[in-house]
Amino acid sequence: MTLQLTPYEQSLLAGDQGRAAQKALQILVALGTIYNAERLLPVASVQIAGVSYDNLGEAGLQWLSEMADGGGQAQTLATLNPAGMDIQNWPALGISPAFAANQQRVIDAFTRMGVVAACTCTPYLIGNLPRYGEHIAWAESSAVCYANSVIGARTNREGGPSALAAALTARTPAYGLHLEPNRRPSVTIVIEPSLGSALDFTALGKAIGQKLESAAPGLIPYLRGGLDPAEAGAASPASLEALKSFCASVATYAGLPLFHWEGLTPEAALYAPPADVLRVTADDLRLARAALSDARPDEIDFVSLGCPHLSIQEIARAAQLLRGKRVRKEFWLTTARPTKHIADQMGYTAIIEASGAKFAVDTCCVVAPIQGRFAALATDSAKACYYASSKNKFKTLLLTFDEVIQLAQETP
Amino acid sequence: MNPPAPSLEWHGRVIAPGCAEAETLFTTQRISFFGGVDPETGVIVERGHELYGQSLAGKILIFPTGKGSTVGSYTLYRLKYSGKAPAAILNLECEPITAVGCIIAAIPCLDHLPIADLASHPRLRVDGARVETQYFASPHHIG
Repeated sequence: MTLQLTPYEQSLLAGDQGRAAQKALQILVALGTIYNAERLLPVASVQIAGVSYDNLGEAGLQWLSEMADGGGQAQTLATLNPAGMDIQNWPALGISPAFAANQQRVIDAFTRMGVVAACTCTPYLIGNLPRYGEHIAWAESSAVCYANSVIGARTNREGGPSALAAALTARTPAYGLHLEPNRRPSVTIVIEPSLGSALDFTALGKAIGQKLESAAPGLIPYLRGGLDPAEAGAASPASLEALKSFCASVATYAGLPLFHWEGLTPEAALYAPPADVLRVTADDLRLARAALSDARPDEIDFVSLGCPHLSIQEIARAAQLLRGKRVRKEFWLTTARPTKHIADQMGYTAIIEASGAKFAVDTCCVVAPIQGRFAALATDSAKACYYASSKNKFKTLLLTFDEVIQLAQETP
Repeated sequence: MNPPAPSLEWHGRVIAPGCAEAETLFTTQRISFFGGVDPETGVIVERGHELYGQSLAGKILIFPTGKGSTVGSYTLYRLKYSGKAPAAILNLECEPITAVGCIIAAIPCLDHLPIADLASHPRLRVDGARVETQYFASPHHIG
């Protein structure tokens, strides 16, 4: 089966719309060829990864500049992953001027192409919100998992160049998770303990990673249980914040771009639970949590909340806990700029900054160039633990949101 | 007088179009461009790799398929900028890291080829979907 292109797509490939669009379509055709796609699909939303200069390097920046110089223009809504720094307030975070200049060149290249330079891993919180069943092309593993699973939109896990190619053409090849048969669950995972805090959800992602480690890659799990409210009439523990943390964790540790969860996610009702069953016990959850902590509280010299980026509710909670308090460690709250604007207006920013904690907007502790600056990170995010350990060689301590804020106030 | 032996010819699947003619470099192992190849010199630096210490610059690089981080696409682009990119890449089965890298760096790339057969030839020519030996010019290239 060969890839069929529409006249519009053929004209892009012929270079009628410029070099950048031509290159973009070549990328999509190559991917479509490798994955035996029969056609390209229109996409209404794109999320582009490969924004931090720390990850892109000079080669990545040169390629982005070449695409911008080649007349590349976004043909659909496209937003960006976190950058390597707060674009406005980088000096307060200890970012070097040389890094800042290069990071700004990256942002400028995207801006020239009409990509919305809101740099966040939670585009669904700031206006890039696809609908159920919609075909989209997203990078950023946690957002891919959230969009596919919680929203029911359809995306593969794109890389930086393929996501940009989708933005410049509003197309993506029809393969993988765009096609219904590939979204069917293949294994049931029963969650035995009732999940309480968001910390349970982030630990669950790690526990599922361990369960699926020896399983064949590409399994889509169907989750059951875990969601009973603490008491009758109480809200479900599966809050937006718990789910964004779970998606980040399960994408990091199990590589999952999609899960179904009975009674929770919109596509779960389309399927019967698969016959193969795995179980996550209370012990599994405890072990997963313990595996993410190798630092003692007194070793912690860096504290960060906001992986994935903080919601306005989380910022409100942080302000409540930090009012009139003093922070005694380097403490970053990472979020998207539109969310920070709301926090400014609500007075949360003033309370938080008066405590000595810092907002790190547009960026996060995963993509900022902080290797060598700290010894041990305390966080509420299993994903942040993974990258702190593997990329930055920090020790880690996984705590609840409230415990992290408490620890930040203790004398080092 | 016997007619000259025809040049050998194979047809692959085009991942990134282009033409090249160069010496071949072959491995039965997968290649990770990110971390596995020095982007400034084109030398393979992955410890334990059977091509360790050899340069892929200017070669027709023949290997089964790629592996490793997606940042490897940018490594191919950087190799091109350093003037150390392979002249072409021939795979058994191409994967997205190599495919995207070859397109953004304009390195000809074909797959679905019998790479072990190709490897016995010290020099090859790549032209579109065709790979051919250069013992004799193919009729397509006369005149």
